[in-house]
Amino acid sequence: MHVLAARRPSPGIVLIALLTAAALVATACNPDSNRGTTQPGAASGAGASAGASPAASAGGASGTAATSSAPSASGSGEPAASGGTAADISGAIEVGAKYADADEIATVRYDTFTERYPDVDVSFTEADFDAQVFLTSVASGNPPDVVQIGRDIMGTYISQGALEPLDSCISDHGIDMGQYREQAVTEVTLNDQIWGIPQFFDTRILMINQSVIEEVGLVPEDIDTSDWDALREVNNQLLAKEGDNLTRIGFDPKITDYLPLWAAANGARILSEDGTESLLDDPKVAEALDYAASLVLAHGDAPTFFDFRANGPGGAFFGEENQFTEDSLGAMPMESWYLNVLAGDTPDEAIAFQPYKDREGNPITLLGGQAWVIPAASDNKEAACEFAKVVTEAETWVAAATARAETRAADGQAFTGTYTANTAADEQIFSELVTEETAGNYYEGVQLALEVADSAVGTPANPAAEQFKAIWQDAVQRVLDGEPAADVLLQADQEAQDAIDGAIR
Amino acid sequence: MTAPATAAPRRRWRMGEETRWALLFLSPWIIGFLVFTAGPMIASFVLSFTEYNVIRPPEPVGLQNYERLTTDRRIGSSLANTAFYAALHVPGVIIFSLALAMLLLRVGRAAGFFRTVFYLPAVTPAVAVGTLFLLILSGNGLLNQVLGVFGAQPRWLTDPDWVKPGIVIMSLWSLGSTVVIYFAALRNVPTELYEAAELDGAGAWSRFRHITVPFISGAIFFTVIVNTIASLQIFAEIYAMFFGATGSSSAQSSALFYSIYLFQKAFRDFEFGYASAMAWLLFVIILVITVIQVRVSKRFVYYAGDDR
Repeated sequence: MHVLAARRPSPGIVLIALLTAAALVATACNPDSNRGTTQPGAASGAGASAGASPAASAGGASGTAATSSAPSASGSGEPAASGGTAADISGAIEVGAKYADADEIATVRYDTFTERYPDVDVSFTEADFDAQVFLTSVASGNPPDVVQIGRDIMGTYISQGALEPLDSCISDHGIDMGQYREQAVTEVTLNDQIWGIPQFFDTRILMINQSVIEEVGLVPEDIDTSDWDALREVNNQLLAKEGDNLTRIGFDPKITDYLPLWAAANGARILSEDGTESLLDDPKVAEALDYAASLVLAHGDAPTFFDFRANGPGGAFFGEENQFTEDSLGAMPMESWYLNVLAGDTPDEAIAFQPYKDREGNPITLLGGQAWVIPAASDNKEAACEFAKVVTEAETWVAAATARAETRAADGQAFTGTYTANTAADEQIFSELVTEETAGNYYEGVQLALEVADSAVGTPANPAAEQFKAIWQDAVQRVLDGEPAADVLLQADQEAQDAIDGAIR
Repeated sequence: MTAPATAAPRRRWRMGEETRWALLFLSPWIIGFLVFTAGPMIASFVLSFTEYNVIRPPEPVGLQNYERLTTDRRIGSSLANTAFYAALHVPGVIIFSLALAMLLLRVGRAAGFFRTVFYLPAVTPAVAVGTLFLLILSGNGLLNQVLGVFGAQPRWLTDPDWVKPGIVIMSLWSLGSTVVIYFAALRNVPTELYEAAELDGAGAWSRFRHITVPFISGAIFFTVIVNTIASLQIFAEIYAMFFGATGSSSAQSSALFYSIYLFQKAFRDFEFGYASAMAWLLFVIILVITVIQVRVSKRFVYYAGDDR
C-alpha cells in the first residue's frame, strides 16, 4: 500500500515527470509546432493538400483558375517602382501557397521574385488555402504574409477583419490596377476598397460533344441557351435512356454550380452590386432555377441524374475516359480550365464550342479566379505587397507561360495557354504562345473562352461569401427534390440576408 | 474569569507525501484535462452567449444564440437525420456485435485471430473508412454489384432516401470494439448455468434469453450508452463521404448530421458563438438520453453481487 512512501522517487524521475508535463502543454500551445515551410528551391515533403480542386488536379497552381505553366525564365523588372523601394523590401515573408508541388506557372513566378529580391527570405506554407488553418493562424497572430485565395470567397475574410486593404500597397508600390481584367478587380473590391491583387481567370463556355449531336442530327449552333424552349427540345433529343436507365445526359445545365449564370441569363442578379443585399427572391431567379431544374428532371429524378453523372461512363471527369470520350454527355456549360484538362487527356476528341448566351442572345459568362491577399496581421506587408505585384506582372506571367509551353512541347502535349487576369499578359500569351498548332482541337475553345471574358458579369465581393453560396446551393437542391422554386428562394433570400447582415455587423 | 476553551485544537489538514507524489505523477493528465477539456468546455459555454468570429473579440449577445436554435430550420433537420441514424445504428451494432461475439466463442483457438480481424476496422482512421465506403457504396461499387444479382441498385450516395441507410451500413463495419466487449462478457458467464439449464430441458433461445442476456446486461448497457453517444457525435466519415471535394450536393441535405452542421457554423461560417450554443444543446440532449438510459437500465441490468 505504501510503496510510494517507502520508495521515494529519485530526483531524475521527478524532473522527467515535470518536463513531460511542461512539454505537453508547450507543444500543444505552440501554433508553429505543426507547420512546415519550404524555402524556394529546397526539397520538401509535399504539402498538406486537403480537398484538391479540379484545377489543381489538372496541373493548375490552384483553385478555380486554369493553369498551365513553365519553368525557366525569370523576371527582369526593376525593383519596386515607387514608394516601397528595394531598400524597404527585405526581411522574411511566408507565402500561403505551394512551391515544392507546384507547377511551372507558380514556381517560375515565385522564382522571379526571389531572384529580384535575393535579400528577402521567402518560405512557403506548402498547402492550398484552407479556411480553418488560415483563420486560426490569423487569430493566433501568426498568419502567412501573403496568401492566394479564391476571389469568390475572399469577402468572408474581409468582413471578419482578417485582411489588409491594399490601397496603400497599390499606391506605394505603383501597382497599375488597370492591367488586370475589370471584372476581376470588381471581385476584389468591397466597400470601395481593393483587398486583393487578381491572378488567373476562367470563363464559362458551352462544350459540345460533336459525335453525339451529329448522331441526333444537330449542329453546334443548335445548342443555344438564349432560346429556352428550343434548348428544352435539344435536351430531350440529346439525352438517351434504355428502358428506365439513363444512358446519356443531354444538356447538363450545372445548375448546382451555375445558378448565378442562369439568373444572369434571365436578366437577374442574385446579389446586389455592392454585395450587401441578397436578391435571391427576384422572381426572375426563381424562373431561371425552375427552368434549369426542368432540364435536369427531364432525365428522371435528380438522384438518377446525379448518380449517372458521378458514376456513369466518364464520371471520373478526368483522364482518357471522360464524358466526351464515353459519349455519356451531349453538352454542358463549363469553366475554361477544363480545356487544359481535355487537351492533355484527350487531344484528339472532337468537341465543339459555343458561347453561353443570355435570353437576349448576347454572350454572357461568369469569371472565376484567385487573388493575392495580405492578412492584417502580416509581419512584412511591404515585401508581401511587392511579392503580389511581381508575380502578377505581365512579364512574369509571360515568362511562366513560355516555360509551360516549352515543357508541353517537349512532352509532345498540347498547350492551350494560361488565363492570367492580366490583360497585357493574356494578349501576349494568346497571340504569341498559343497557336492552332499548340492547342490542336481546342484552339477554337481557347479563343472563345478568351473572347467571352469581356462579357463576364462581375460578381462583387460578398461579406458572407461561403455562407451565401451554401444557402443558394441548398435552395437549388430543394428545388431539384421537388419544392417550388419561388417558395424555396424566398426562404433562402431571408437566410442569405441574415448571413450578410451578420457578417457586416 | 472565563473558563479556558477546552475544545481540542483543530487539526490542520496536510497533504500526505504519498498524495503529493500521486498528484505529481498525475499532473500531465490533470494539466491536459484542464487545458484541453475542462478549459475549452467552460470557454465554449461562455462563448455560447457571445458573437465571436475568432478574429474580433467576442461580443455578448445574451440568449440570442439559444433563441436562434429554435428558429434555424437546419437544427431540426440535422437533429432528425442524426436521430434516424442513431435509431438504426445502435440496435444494429448491438445485434451484429453480439452475434459475432457468440460466433467467436465457438471457434476455439481461432478466436484470437478473428477478434483481431474484427477489431482492425476500429483502428482504421475514420476518413479512410469514409473514403473506402465511397467506393463500396458507389453506383457500380462492390455492394451494388452484389445486390445487382437480386436486381437491386440503390443509389447510396446520391438518393436522399438511401443516404442514411448507406451510412448505417458503413458504421456497422467498425463494430470491433463492441464485439471485443461482448466477447469478454460472454466468457464470464458461468458455464454450469448452461449445463443446469440444459438438464432442465431449456432450449437454445431460452438459455440465451434467461442466462446469457442477464449476465451480459451490464456490457449491453455500457455499449448502448457508448454507441448512442458516438452515433450522436458522428462526423469524420460522413464529412469525408459527402462534404469533401467529391461530395454529391444532391445527398448533402440528407447527410447533414448535427455535428457536421455544427462544424459548418464554426469553421465555415465562423459563427463560433452560435456553434458553441449548438454544442451545448447537443451536450444536453446526450445528457438527457443518457440519464433516461441509466434510469431504465436499473430495471434490466444485472450486476454480479447485486441483491436484485
